Amino acid sequence: MLRFLITVIRRDVLLAARRRGDWLTAQFFFVMVVSMFPLGVGPEPVMLRTIGPGVVWVAALLACLLSLGRLFADDHRDGSLEQLMLSPYPNSLLALGKALAHWIINGIPLLLIAPVLGIQFGLPVDALLILVLSLAIGTPILSLLGSIGAALTLGLRGGGVLITLLILPLYVPVLIFGAGAVEGVISGTGSEAHLSLLGAFLVMSLLIAPWISSLALKISVE
Amino acid sequence: MTSAVLSAHDLACERSERVLFKGLGFELGAGEALLVRGGNGHGKTSLLRILCGLSQPAAGEIRWRGEPIAREHEQYCQEMAYVGHANGIKDDLTPLENLRLAAALDGRELDIKAAEAALHQVGLSRCIDLPARVLSFGQRRRVALAGLITAGALLWILDEPLTGLDVNGVAMVENLIRDHVVSGGMAIMTTHQPLALEGVSPKSISVGD
Repeated sequence: MLRFLITVIRRDVLLAARRRGDWLTAQFFFVMVVSMFPLGVGPEPVMLRTIGPGVVWVAALLACLLSLGRLFADDHRDGSLEQLMLSPYPNSLLALGKALAHWIINGIPLLLIAPVLGIQFGLPVDALLILVLSLAIGTPILSLLGSIGAALTLGLRGGGVLITLLILPLYVPVLIFGAGAVEGVISGTGSEAHLSLLGAFLVMSLLIAPWISSLALKISVE
Repeated sequence: MTSAVLSAHDLACERSERVLFKGLGFELGAGEALLVRGGNGHGKTSLLRILCGLSQPAAGEIRWRGEPIAREHEQYCQEMAYVGHANGIKDDLTPLENLRLAAALDGRELDIKAAEAALHQVGLSRCIDLPARVLSFGQRRRVALAGLITAGALLWILDEPLTGLDVNGVAMVENLIRDHVVSGGMAIMTTHQPLALEGVSPKSISVGD
């Protein structure tokens, strides 16, 4: 079971490494969107510090959505998704592996870039640390919940727009607690409560999301 | 008379509220082949997808060694290999990597020698190190068929295995299927081309009449 999970993850990471162009698009998108805000709203330090956490988090959500459309679509097109689903392991394990691979490919780079982008907004060091921590807990949730949307919209025309409409509402709690944790540090009210709730949300989506996406995959492939 | 390993009873399939076929049944034992006949759009592919468990039949049931395949999904997938319309190989990987990856996903270890032997058998010795996207349609089809050799499955479900193959390729597939069936395997396939399986007389069913 664990070997199958690792094989699925290694497969997707290998495929992403062979297609670096596709992979870099989402990362560049993240950097561009975040960098536009200081240029647009002007260089006032107080204003920038207030909007900083929210801007980074919203950009992370959008960058995640950008890459989610292809999570199952490429495999669906060349028939390898059917072969994956016919492997002698539960399909929810497949969905979990695909979501974790998506996080490794798209989520972890965001964590590494985020502190650099945070400096643009004049965030203090302890806020930067919490920003990375909140993204570390939050981005796997984005991948897991997003895999449900990707599975549901598989094979539909205009699936990219539909996935945004379906999944963005589910991302609202992640956005509130993720950005809230960083704001808590800046305003001095603390971030533990926000991070704990984010952690609870992660556990919940780890348990439920792979199961729902495996059901959605079955419907979409039929 | 061999005992049936795979049996289907009273299968029905509906697509957008139109009945494609109903009341379809057959039994298949070790060392037997089944040819599914029918015109375009009569539900051959739908039947094969139902048989491998990718779709659910509107009615009826399929049993593998006496157990419904929905319940024995994992056991069934271990012993069944499916080649559909799409080849299911990744364009960014080489044929060798594709075969080894497919084996790993089935929980098997496939060493390089065995994979190379299978690719040699389907006539791809020269393309082992090329990414699959530079291969022709027929060559990619051959990679998918090489997967059958390495899978070691008892039941092969093949949807139009001859599409895109040249004369040598067709003969190669015919040999492959015949050897598999003669050595006690089972095969279910659809094809519009005549299929010469020496020493094997496949059963046949028609869909959609």
